[in-house]
Amino acid sequence: MAAVPEKPIIEIRSLSKTYKTDTAEIHALNGIDLSIQKGEIFGIIGMSGAGKSTLVRCINMLEKPTSGTVLFDGRDLSKLTDAEVRGARRSMGMIFQQFNLLMQRTAEGNVCFPLEIAGVKKEKAKARASQLLELVGLSDRRDSYPSQLSGGQKQRVAIARALATDPKVLLCDEATSALDPTTTKSILALLQDINRRLGITIVVITHEMGIIEAICGRVAIISDSRIAECGRVEDVFFKPKTEAARRLVCPEGRVDRFRSSRRMRIVFDGSSAFEPVIANMVLACGKPVNILYADTKNIGGKAFGQMVVQLPEERDTARKMFEYIRSRGLTAEEVRENVG
Amino acid sequence: MWDEAMLRMMLNGIGETLYMVAVSTFFAYVIGLPLGIMLVVFAPGGARPHPRAYKILDVAVNLARSIPFIILLIAILPFTRAVVGTTIGSTAAIVPLALSAAPFIARLVESSLKEVDPGVVEAAQSMGATTFQIIRKVLLPEAKPSLLVGGAIAATTILGYSAMAGFCGGGGLGDIAIRFGYYRYQYDVMLVTLVLNVVVVQILQGIFMKASRKSDKRK
Repeated sequence: MAAVPEKPIIEIRSLSKTYKTDTAEIHALNGIDLSIQKGEIFGIIGMSGAGKSTLVRCINMLEKPTSGTVLFDGRDLSKLTDAEVRGARRSMGMIFQQFNLLMQRTAEGNVCFPLEIAGVKKEKAKARASQLLELVGLSDRRDSYPSQLSGGQKQRVAIARALATDPKVLLCDEATSALDPTTTKSILALLQDINRRLGITIVVITHEMGIIEAICGRVAIISDSRIAECGRVEDVFFKPKTEAARRLVCPEGRVDRFRSSRRMRIVFDGSSAFEPVIANMVLACGKPVNILYADTKNIGGKAFGQMVVQLPEERDTARKMFEYIRSRGLTAEEVRENVG
Repeated sequence: MWDEAMLRMMLNGIGETLYMVAVSTFFAYVIGLPLGIMLVVFAPGGARPHPRAYKILDVAVNLARSIPFIILLIAILPFTRAVVGTTIGSTAAIVPLALSAAPFIARLVESSLKEVDPGVVEAAQSMGATTFQIIRKVLLPEAKPSLLVGGAIAATTILGYSAMAGFCGGGGLGDIAIRFGYYRYQYDVMLVTLVLNVVVVQILQGIFMKASRKSDKRK
């Protein structure tokens, strides 16, 4: 996981962004407070339209906040001149869902691009580019054009490009949303590796809880233009405090059909090994349950993930089942009607 | 009638046509390219939005484009004289040709540059690129294949217009076609110039399209 938090590299204070259209005002962000520590992998999660993309663009001033401040490494970005903002942006790499590579440049040319902009000499830029392409595992595709690369390779080039100017922060805007699950995994592993080896702070924007679980130390949940919840990923995942968090953590929609029934959400945090918990619970309580949803992973012989089961209608049996699960050291909570 | 004099006239016509097209296209781009770039950069959602400048440019380009070439040719005769010192011949035709093609080229450039993915522009901005760097290192190189196709359209359109300059003694193949075909009913001469025109257009088109394909790394 991420390095031990030291001091905030990004501090957002009562940030708001309002768009004016002809007919109405749209509040994309409303009173956001966040602080992101040096060296951590910080996740920002929300449904589409929640304002997360606007938020990440406020961090590097691609969007000017309507009010509030963004402190980057102690400097208030909104008080800088245009030239100073451009300088600050070189300390913040950014990668995108659609990669946004220059199609008319080779992989090497793309990585050299930010260096050219920064005025680095050509030979020096090329040397740096070949270093970075090696780091992302693409040394052999140096002369390939983006159209000749796969999605995962394109994102690797984009990562190399974003790292070219030695940034302190890497902003990832839905960086894996256009990739298949296997490629997503390898890109996440690369990001984690970069975080560990180079100590770069990474901010991950996504709508998928799986991504947050996989690499983030802390997470902020953004909903309706506000931060609904912010904390360590384990805490938010096991004990979601707000409706917005629950909606993201719980398998949305899938359990909706069983609205009338009593349901229990069980979270596996890796503490139980191969013990067949559900089967044992059924034997112990003498009533069957219906598994409505399960998403568990086996990491090093331990079960991680969650499951939603439909409980028998009798109140006593249901209570016994809750007690049984809790007695096995697992987190269990009742899934309420308005979930999903 | 196909004596040496006629042959020389035809060759001369080809030379004058190529000269007019080349020089007019060049100067039309000198004016039209920056206009096209500004139309994209200043547009809402562009690299540096400037609604007022955009609106003014937009209207100005439309106004200029709505003046028929033949009217412009005559209307700016004093200006042409001031610039090149004469109002007759190929060189004189270049002034109205370049001026009337410039707003057309501005639109061609605009549509080419608009094909560049805004995400790529945003990526460049996120790296701290200035607007000028975005134009020079992102917009123009990324749109190069499309700009070259636009170049082919511009050059062939200017070639077509150059025939109208024949009405004012502009010279070139169009001039020959009008003098012999229209005034003297020598349709065979006109037909030959027509064929020559087609050949010139084909060659121009071929050169630009080949350059466009070669510069396109997107597929």
